[in-house]
Amino acid sequence: MPETALIWQQLRRSLAIARKDIRIYYFKGPVVIFGVLFPVFLFLSYTIGRDLNADSMIPGLLGMTLFFTATSISPIVVPWEAQARTLERLMSCPVTIETIIMGDVAASFAFGISLSLVPIALGLFVGISISSPLILALAIILAAFCFASLGSVFSIPPTNTPATVNMIASVVKFPVVFISGIFIPLDELPAWGQAIAYISPLTYFTDIGRSCIQGRGHLPLAVDFGVLIAFTVLFLLVAMKLHRKTMPRRI
Amino acid sequence: MPMGLRRDKPGTAGKGSGATDRRARERGGLAVPGDVLAIEVDGLIKRFGQLPAVDRISFGVRKGEFFGFLGPNGAGKTTTIRILTGVMEADGGSAFIMGHGAGSLKAKQVASVVPEMANAYTDLTGWNNLMFMAELYGVQTKQARERSVSLLQALALQDPKDNLVKTYSKGMKQRLILCMALISDPDVLFLDEPTSGLDVQSARLIKDLLRDLNKNGKTIFLTTHDMDEASDLCDRVAIINKGKMVAIDAPERLRMATSGRHSVEVSFNDSVSPESLASLAGVNTVQKVGDKYRLYTDNPGDLVVALVNHSSAARLKIVSLNILAPSLEDAFVAITEKEAGYA
Repeated sequence: MPETALIWQQLRRSLAIARKDIRIYYFKGPVVIFGVLFPVFLFLSYTIGRDLNADSMIPGLLGMTLFFTATSISPIVVPWEAQARTLERLMSCPVTIETIIMGDVAASFAFGISLSLVPIALGLFVGISISSPLILALAIILAAFCFASLGSVFSIPPTNTPATVNMIASVVKFPVVFISGIFIPLDELPAWGQAIAYISPLTYFTDIGRSCIQGRGHLPLAVDFGVLIAFTVLFLLVAMKLHRKTMPRRI
Repeated sequence: MPMGLRRDKPGTAGKGSGATDRRARERGGLAVPGDVLAIEVDGLIKRFGQLPAVDRISFGVRKGEFFGFLGPNGAGKTTTIRILTGVMEADGGSAFIMGHGAGSLKAKQVASVVPEMANAYTDLTGWNNLMFMAELYGVQTKQARERSVSLLQALALQDPKDNLVKTYSKGMKQRLILCMALISDPDVLFLDEPTSGLDVQSARLIKDLLRDLNKNGKTIFLTTHDMDEASDLCDRVAIINKGKMVAIDAPERLRMATSGRHSVEVSFNDSVSPESLASLAGVNTVQKVGDKYRLYTDNPGDLVVALVNHSSAARLKIVSLNILAPSLEDAFVAITEKEAGYA
């Protein structure tokens, strides 16, 4: 089979895996708790009682929602399937480990995209205006893919307990939210705070959001997009390379 | 390439090769030129730490053959299947499925597996599980639907097909997993203990279907603990113990080659001490089986005479007396015990 035909074949099969994930995992307890309820309560606890306008709140809420939702499915699928004893069957099918990972990332990506519409709708309802909807849409698509790939990195350790993976993910996710300009815009952070913020991919998406909604981005859009692309490639490569080593050890 | 099959690049298990004469010997007489092998394994090695789970095993399975793979727990059966189906990588040796390196996409495309510990997706319906598998094997939707209907019917699952699998019994789940394995119409079917712990009806349905599949040309590789099942179904069986291949032959030939495992089954009209039976000439072992005694011997004819003399002397009446050839189970026990150094 020619190389391109093989790639298309595996892409189609990864979409089948994504559809299976959507059917099974979107309403699982850990996904709803870590992907939806946590960011909502975290945001409410920060905003209630403060005099914040919608323009400054919505980019942060959008960034946090996208980050938590897009990283909620991809970490749990592999350990869940290993525990439920469906992974061995899947691994014996004519799909590569990369195809399996891409399917899980695609399901997480779609979950992130869908739920990111909620803060946008909320923002439009309270009267915000989006100066560059196309750029924001592109940023949401890219960031959702980036965060979903990061989620797959969380599940590399060969544990078959989804709760352990969620714990590992939480150890990374919560600090990331606080250093990424969600609650305090980048240009209001001290120099050391900005230096830390630059190691988080969420920083660059939030910066694009602030640029498109508030008109006050801290970095040039090209830099934000470029770094998000670099993070996405890095997370995907790490996930695929290391899952290839650890996935057989789950069986 | 002695077997007349074109082979593509080996996959995860395709490393190295062994000597031709050793390969021929270990394949159990499969060195006949022109034999077309569906499964070809040569010097396969897999270690977990220092422990060799599979230790340089070699064998071949002909196209259309029903091949049994037997061994005690921890012998290396499941590890071998996992390497052959691409779930695990071998540390050495080579394995080919229909000429394709085990673990390659081509090998996975032509084979399918019913893993020992596997489950279907319990949050999907039986039908959705089948459609998902069909998508992963690239089966056209129309064909997938037709095959699903026919498989569900053959395995008595048509009624609950739209129920979530979490509502299925163990037997129903296992039958569904077999349907999932067959949705791609594979050339080679691997089954790891498919009837283990199942009710009689489910086990019989599965065995009947396997017989039909084999009759229609499918190559079947079966691991089982059930010796009767292996004896009933398999053209040849291999016995693996502690990762090493210890025997490979037709079940009947393995049975007959087991010396000292012929037995005489006898019952008397009164109680008899097993010690008195064990003291008879030519008796190797005495086993109580219900109200009968089974006496293992190398020479059943002489033992019958000894039993008749013994019953007369002890004023006992023989109620029943049967000479039994060794079963495959006897052969299995004898071979694995010998390997373990008990015999």
